[in-house]
Amino acid sequence: MTRILLPLFVVIPLGAAFLNSLIGKRIKGFSDVLSAIATCALACISIYSVFIFKDTGLIVYKVGGWIPPMGIAMVMDGLTVFMLVTVNLVAFLISIYSISYMEKYTEKWIFYCLFLLMVAGMNGVIISGDLFNLYVFLEIAAIASYALVAFGTEHEELEAAFKYAVMGTVASSFILLGIAFLYSVTSTLNMADMSLEIAKGGSPRIIMLVSVFFLMGFGLKSALVPFHAWLPDAHPSAPAPISAMLSGVLIKSLGIYAIARVFFNVLGTSPQVLSALMILGVLSLIIGGCLALGQWDFKRLLAYSSISQIGYVMLGIGLGTPLGIMGGLFHLFNHSIFKSLLFLNSGAVEYATGTRDLQKMGGLREKMPVTSSTSLIGSMSIAGIPPFNGFWSKLIIIAACVQAHHFAYAVWAVLISLLTLAYFMKVQRYAFFGELKERLSHIKECPFFMKFSMISLAVLCLAGGLLLLPGVFDSFLGAASDAVLAGKDYANVVFVAIR
Amino acid sequence: MTVYFLCLVLFCIGLYCIVRKRNLIKIIIGIAIMEYSVNLFFILIGYKIGGRAPIHSSDQTILNMVDPLPQALVLTAIVIGLAVTALIAAIAIRVYEKYGTFDITKIRKLKG
Repeated sequence: MTRILLPLFVVIPLGAAFLNSLIGKRIKGFSDVLSAIATCALACISIYSVFIFKDTGLIVYKVGGWIPPMGIAMVMDGLTVFMLVTVNLVAFLISIYSISYMEKYTEKWIFYCLFLLMVAGMNGVIISGDLFNLYVFLEIAAIASYALVAFGTEHEELEAAFKYAVMGTVASSFILLGIAFLYSVTSTLNMADMSLEIAKGGSPRIIMLVSVFFLMGFGLKSALVPFHAWLPDAHPSAPAPISAMLSGVLIKSLGIYAIARVFFNVLGTSPQVLSALMILGVLSLIIGGCLALGQWDFKRLLAYSSISQIGYVMLGIGLGTPLGIMGGLFHLFNHSIFKSLLFLNSGAVEYATGTRDLQKMGGLREKMPVTSSTSLIGSMSIAGIPPFNGFWSKLIIIAACVQAHHFAYAVWAVLISLLTLAYFMKVQRYAFFGELKERLSHIKECPFFMKFSMISLAVLCLAGGLLLLPGVFDSFLGAASDAVLAGKDYANVVFVAIR
Repeated sequence: MTVYFLCLVLFCIGLYCIVRKRNLIKIIIGIAIMEYSVNLFFILIGYKIGGRAPIHSSDQTILNMVDPLPQALVLTAIVIGLAVTALIAAIAIRVYEKYGTFDITKIRKLKG
C-alpha cells in the first residue's frame, strides 16, 4: 500500500496547479490557501516517507501497472527520500512566505500555478526511475522557472529570463542528446536496466561521450563554474521566494541530484569523471566566492555565494569516498536551508526598504529585529561557525579531502570558508548594523507569514547539526549517502524490488 | 553514416547561431534548429532502411520494423520544444517592448 505514496509527489502539486488556474482567478485568497495546503501535505508525506523507507527499504511504483523495464517506474531509495524532504520542506516554508510577499504583484494565482508546477517538476526529477521521464520533469521545472524569473516583467527580469531560458535550453538539448546516445547503446530507458546494460561493457567510448554531454547539461543546470553565467542574473531578478526556491533547491534537484544519480548509479564512476567533478567543484568554490566579495547588490551577492557553496557540494560528492559523499549531501541539505533563509531575508529587506543595494541600507537591526536576527543566524551558518549546521558539513567535507589526500582542495575549502565569513560580515555590517539612515526611519518589520517562514528556517539552521546524531543519521543522511555509494548495485536492488 | 554527419552539421549550425548571433529572434531560430537536429538524431537511431511501423494485427507478420520508442519520445520532445520556443518568443517580444531593440549588445542592464 505504501507504493501509492510515490505518484502523490507529482500528482498533488500538478493537481493543485490545475485547480489554481481554474478557480484561483475568481476567488481571492483561494490560491494562497490551496498552495499552502498542497505544499504542507507534500512536506508531511516526504517526512513520513523517511519512516516508510526505514521499514521497507527501496520502493518501486509501476506507472499504469506495466512492469519495468518496459513500463515507466518511479523509484524511492535513500537519496530520493533525502532530496524529497529537502525540496518539499523548503517549498512549504516558501509558499507560506509568498502569501504576504507576493501581495505587491498582480495576478498572484499565476505565480502559484508556476510555483506548484516547478515543485511538481522537481519532485518528478527526484522520484523518476526512468531517464527520459527525468528529462521531461526537468523541462517542466525549468520552463516554470524561466517564466517565474520573468514574473516581474521589468527590464532586468526579462533580460535575465531570456538569458536563462536560452542557456537552459542549450543544456536540455545536450541532456537529450546524451539520452539519445545512451538509448542507442543500451536500447532501454529505465535507469536500472541501463545500468545493467552498461555494466556488460560494450562501448566505453560512447559512455565517455555521454558523460561529457551530461556533465555539460547538468553542470549548466547546477551552475558549476564554466557554466555559471546565467545564475547571477536569473536568481536576483526573480521575486524573492523564487530566488530562494531557485538557489535553495532547483539547482540541486536538477543539477546535483541528477549528476549524482546518473554518474554514480547509471553510468558508473571512473577516476576521470570524479576528478572532473572535483575540479569543477573547486573552480566554482573559488570563483564564486571571489566574485561574491565584490557585490553590492544583496541578492546578487547571495547568488554568487550559491555558486561557491554548490562548489562545496560538488567537491564532496566528487571525492567519491563515503565521508566525502556524506559531507556533500549534508551540505546540500544545509545550503538549501540557509540559502533560502538568506534570500527570504533579502526579500524582507526589499519589502520594507524597497532597495537591494547594501550601500543604501544600514541600521536595520533596530527596525527589523526578526529579519536581522534570522539573517545573522543564516550568515553564521553559511560561514561555518559552530554550532550551526554549516559548520558540521564543511568540517566533514574538509576532513574528507584530507582523508582522501587531496590537501590542496582542503586548503582551498578552508580559505574560501574564511572568505564566505568575510562577505557575510559585509552584509551584516552594511545592512543590519551601523547607523540607521535618515531615509529608512519609517520602515516596519515584515508581516507575520514572512516572519514565520524565516524563524522556522532559522530554527532548522540551528537544529541541522542534530542530523548527525546516531539514531537520526542512519535513517536520513546515512541512507542517502549509502544510495549514492551503492553505485551500480542500484540496479540489482531495483530489480529485486520490482519482483 | 552521411546522415549522422549531416545531423551533426545541423546541430553545429544551431549552436553557432545561438553563440554568435546578436538578434534575439535569430537566437530563437538557432535554438529551434538545435532542437530539431537532436530530434532528428533520435529518430535516426530507431530507423531501419525499408522498415515499417510495428502495428500489431492478426492477419500480418512484420519482419522488418522500425523502433517505435524513439518516435514516441521525439513527439514528447517536440512538444517540450514548442513550449520553450513559445515562452522565449513571448519574453523576446516583451524585451522589445521595454528596450526597443532586438540587439543583445544593447540589452545590458545586468552587469557584474
